[in-house]
Amino acid sequence: MNRLFDFMLPPEKSTTAGEVDALFHFITEVSLILLLGITAVMLYFAFKYRRKSEDETTPLITHNNTLEITWSVIPLILVLIVFSWGYQGYLAKTNPPDDAYEIRAVATSWLWQFHYQNGHVSTNELHVPANRPVRIIMSSDDVIHSFYVPDYRVKMDVLPNRYTQVWFEATEPGESVLYCAEYCGTAHSDMLADVIVHTQEDFELWLETGDAIDEDLSPAELGEQLVQRQGCMACHSTDGTVLQGPSFLGAFGRDRELTDGTTVTIDENYIRQSLLEPNTQVAAGFQPIMPSYAASLNDRQIDAIIEYLKTLEE
Amino acid sequence: MATSDSPNIKKLQVRRYPPEENPKKTYLTEERGLWAWMTTVDHKKIGWLYLSSIAFFFFVAGVLALLLRTELLTPSQSFITADTYNQLFTLHGAIMVFFFLVPSVPAALGNFILPLQLGCKDVAFPRVNLLSFYIYVAGAIIVLTAIFTGGVDTGWTFYTPYSSSAAGGNIMMMTFGVFVLGFSSILTGLNFIVTIHRMRSPGLTWNKLPLFLWGLYATSVIQILATPVLAITLLLLTMERLLGIGIFDPAIGGDPVLYQHFFWFYSHPAVYIMIVPGFGIISEIITTFSRKHIFGYWAIALSSLAIAFIGFLVWGHHMFVAGQSSLANMVFSFLTFLVGIPTGIKIFNWVATMYKGSIDLKTPMLYAMSFLFLFMIGGFTGIMLGALSVDIHLHDTYYVVAHFHYVMMGGMVFAFLGGLHYWWPKMTGKMYNEFWAKISLLILFIGFNLTFLPQFVMGSLGMPRRYFNYLEQFQGYHQLSTWGAYLLGVGFVIMAVYLFHSMRNGKQAKANPWGSRSLEWQASSPPPLHNFEHHTPVIIHGSYDYHKPMSEFQLGIPTSHNGHGEEETVTPEPGPAEEADK
Ligand code: HEC
Ligand code: HEM
Ligand SMILES: [Cu+2]
Ligand SMILES: [Cu+2]
Repeated sequence: MNRLFDFMLPPEKSTTAGEVDALFHFITEVSLILLLGITAVMLYFAFKYRRKSEDETTPLITHNNTLEITWSVIPLILVLIVFSWGYQGYLAKTNPPDDAYEIRAVATSWLWQFHYQNGHVSTNELHVPANRPVRIIMSSDDVIHSFYVPDYRVKMDVLPNRYTQVWFEATEPGESVLYCAEYCGTAHSDMLADVIVHTQEDFELWLETGDAIDEDLSPAELGEQLVQRQGCMACHSTDGTVLQGPSFLGAFGRDRELTDGTTVTIDENYIRQSLLEPNTQVAAGFQPIMPSYAASLNDRQIDAIIEYLKTLEE
Repeated sequence: MATSDSPNIKKLQVRRYPPEENPKKTYLTEERGLWAWMTTVDHKKIGWLYLSSIAFFFFVAGVLALLLRTELLTPSQSFITADTYNQLFTLHGAIMVFFFLVPSVPAALGNFILPLQLGCKDVAFPRVNLLSFYIYVAGAIIVLTAIFTGGVDTGWTFYTPYSSSAAGGNIMMMTFGVFVLGFSSILTGLNFIVTIHRMRSPGLTWNKLPLFLWGLYATSVIQILATPVLAITLLLLTMERLLGIGIFDPAIGGDPVLYQHFFWFYSHPAVYIMIVPGFGIISEIITTFSRKHIFGYWAIALSSLAIAFIGFLVWGHHMFVAGQSSLANMVFSFLTFLVGIPTGIKIFNWVATMYKGSIDLKTPMLYAMSFLFLFMIGGFTGIMLGALSVDIHLHDTYYVVAHFHYVMMGGMVFAFLGGLHYWWPKMTGKMYNEFWAKISLLILFIGFNLTFLPQFVMGSLGMPRRYFNYLEQFQGYHQLSTWGAYLLGVGFVIMAVYLFHSMRNGKQAKANPWGSRSLEWQASSPPPLHNFEHHTPVIIHGSYDYHKPMSEFQLGIPTSHNGHGEEETVTPEPGPAEEADK
C-alpha cells in the first residue's frame, strides 16, 4: 500500500505494526489537511483584508455561538476517533496471546542479556522464531532502560524493581535493531542489540547448538567475536582508549592496581575472575559497573577471550 | 477614585487627555544609575532586569544547542565525548525550560505590561516583585555553580534511579538551584493574581480585561498550584541522596516510577506555564494589527482557564510505556485529547478575528501568523503522541523532540518575540528597523523548520532521543537539522544587532505607533515612572473596540462631579459579551 507518509515509517515487520501505521497515516493526513486549510484561510484573510488606508474602520463582530460550537464539536469527534482507535491498538499490543514463547531479558548499563527457556543466554542478540508470538519478560539490574524495536513498533520501559513485558510476532526471518530508548548514561546510545529472526526450525536448531557454529574457529578468533558480540566494546576498547573500563590493549601480563590498594598481575585467573565476579577485584580509578558474565559465558568461551586478549599486544 | 469604589454610582465625571508625545521625563530618565536599577521596585525596570537575564540564558543555552547539533553532524564522535554531550543536552534543556521559558513571558514582558494594562502604578507588592527577581538570580547562581563543579548529565527530567544513584556530577546542587528558582515563580504568580484582582482601574471590569491578562492570570494559577509539587519532589530527592531514605531508588526500597509521577505532575502544567501567556500575546497582536474586535472573547479567555485546569490531569501521558496500568493509560490518553479542544478553539477564534479586519503585516503580526502555523504543527503532532498505540512507537524518539520544539520554540518563543517587537516601542521609546526585523523573521522561520521538520521523520523512523552515537541511516536528517540550527543562529544574531541598534539610534516612537486600543498604548512611550501622568485613569472603552474611531480613545481622569467646560459624563460601557447580547 503506497501512502503519502510511508517514507516516515520503518518497514513493518511485526503483526501489530500495520495497525499503528494505519493510525499514524490517518492522523498525519487529517492534520495536514487541517493545517493547510487553516493556513490558507489565514493567508487569504491577510491578503484580502490587507490595510488599504490608515483610517479604515472595521465592523464589530464579537462572536458567533454556532461557529464556536461547530469548531468545538468537529475536532471533538475527530479526537474521539483517534482516541478509541489508539486505545484499541494499544490493547492489542499489550495483551500477549496465551501461547507466546517466553524469553527473559535483563538490561544492565549498557547491555542486554536474554535468557531462553533451555537455560541458554545471549548478550546483545535476541533470537526469536518467525510467525510465533514472543513474550519478553524484562527487568533491569540498575537504572531504567527501555526496550525499543522500531520495526515492530514496540517499546516498553525496563525497570529495576519490577517486571514489565512486551510481546510481538515477527513476520519474516531477518534482522532488526533493538535500541535502548530511556536515557541511562554515558553509553546509552551504544546500548543496541540485534534482533535475529529465524524460521521455526532454525530457531530450534540455534537453541540446541547455541554457539556451536563457532566450533571451527581458533580460540583467539572466537574470543574476538565474543568480545564484539557480548557488548564488551561498550566499555572497553582494543586501541588504548579508556572508556568506562580499561582498554584491552597490552593489558595482559601488566600489573594492575586495585581499589583496595593491592596490586595483581593481569593473568588468566584475574581475567576469569573479572568475567565471573567482576566486583570482587575492581581496578583502581574505575567504577564497579562491569556486569557478571557467569550466566552467559561457558569455560570454552572464557578461554577464548583470554587467548584473544593475549594477542592484543602493544 | 472614591466615586468609582462605590458600587451604586454608575456615572463618573471624567476629563479626557491624550498621552504626552516625546516625553521628557520617563521611567528611563528617572532613578538612573546601576544601584537605582538593582534596587528598583518599578515593575518596568524589574521587567528589564528579567528580560536581560533571560536573554543571557537564551544565548547560553542556544550556544549549547549549536554545540550539540555540531556533534551530531557525524554518527560517531565528532568533537566532544559522550559524557560532555550528555551534560550539554541536560544543561541546554534545563536552562531553556527553567531559566528562559518559564520566566520569559510572565516575568519579563508580563511585569512590564500588566500594570500598564490595568491602569495602575505598579504591581500589588513591588518589593516582593524585586525579591522574586533576586530569588531567580540566586537559583541561577546555584545552578551555574553546579555546572562548573562537575556538571550534571541526567537530562532536565532528573529521572530516578539514574539521578539518585549512578549519575555523576553535582546533581544535588543543580536540583537545589531549580528548587530555589521555583519560589521566584510562585511569588510572581501570587503578585499577578492579587494585582489583577485588586488593582484594576475604574471601569476595567472582568469582561474588559485584556486577553493577555487572562493568559497571565491562568498562568499564575498554575504557577502557584504546580510549582510546590516540584519543590516537594526535589526535596524528596535530596532526602534520598543525603539521608539515604528510600523513596525513588529501588536499591534502598523506593519506587522509581513514583518520581516520574511527581515530576510530570509539575512539568506538564509547567508546559502550560510556558505557552498560555504566549496565547495572550497572540490575542493582543492579532487584534491590533487586524484593527478588529477580538472574535470570541470569552471563548479565548475561558479556554485558557480550561487548559490550565485540564492541564493538571494529563501528566500520565509522559509515562505510557513506563509500566502504568492500562486503565491509567486510557484515562490519561483521553484527557490529553480533551486539552486539544480548547487549544483548537483559540486557533479558530484568532483566524476568525482577521476576517474583515484591516490587516497590517508588520513584524509582530508576521510573528503571530508564524506562531499559528508552527504551533498548529506542534499541536497536531501532540495529538499523534496522545494516541496510545502510536505513542508506543514514538515515545522517547526525535519525534518527541521535534514536537516539543514546535510547541516551545515555534509556539512560545515566536509568541515571545512577537510580543517583544510589539511592545518594544513602549518599552524603549524607540522603533526597531522594520526591514531587518522581517529579514530576521524569515531566516528564523526557515531555519526553524529546517532544524525540526527532519526530526519528525527520523523520529518516526526510529531514531531515539538523547543519542550521542547513531546509525548511519539517520545522518542525512541530522545534517539537515544542524544546518537549520546554524541558520537559526544567524537569525538571532541579526535580531540582536538591530534591537541594540534601535535602542541607541532608533526612531523616536509615538505613544501609540500601532493604533492599538489597549490601555498600555495610552501611556507615553516610554511611560513615566508611575505609568499614567494623572493618577489612576478611568477606562472608557474596551481594549478591543476597534469599531470606534481612534479619536475616541483617550484616558479619562475622574474629576469632582460638578463638571462643566471640558469635562463630560461617561458611563463605563459594558464589555463585549453583554454588548452582543443586546
Ligand atoms: C558496563 C561496562 C562493562 C562491560 C559491558 C564490560 N566491562 Fe569489563 N570492566 C568494566 C570496568 C568498569 C572495569 C574496571 C573495574 C573492574 O575491574 O571491575 C572492567 C574490568 C575488566 C577487566 C579487568 C581489566 C583490567 O585491566 O583490570 C577485564 C579483563 C574485563 N573487564 C573484561 C571484559 C569482557 C571480556 C567483557 C565482555 C564480555 C567486559 N569486560 C564487559 C566495565 C565493563
Ligand atoms: C526556546 C528554545 C528551546 C527550548 C525551550 C528547548 C528545549 C529543549 C529541551 C527541553 C530539550 C530536552 C533536553 C533533554 O532531553 O533533557 C532539548 C533538547 C535538545 N534541543 Fe532544544 N530547545 C530550544 C531550542 C533549541 C534550538 C534552537 C536547537 C538547535 C539549534 C535545539 C537543539 C536541541 C538538541 C540537539 C537537543 C537534544 C536532543 C536529544 O538528544 O534528546 N534546541 N531542547
Ligand atoms: Cu539507555
Ligand atoms: Cu505533558
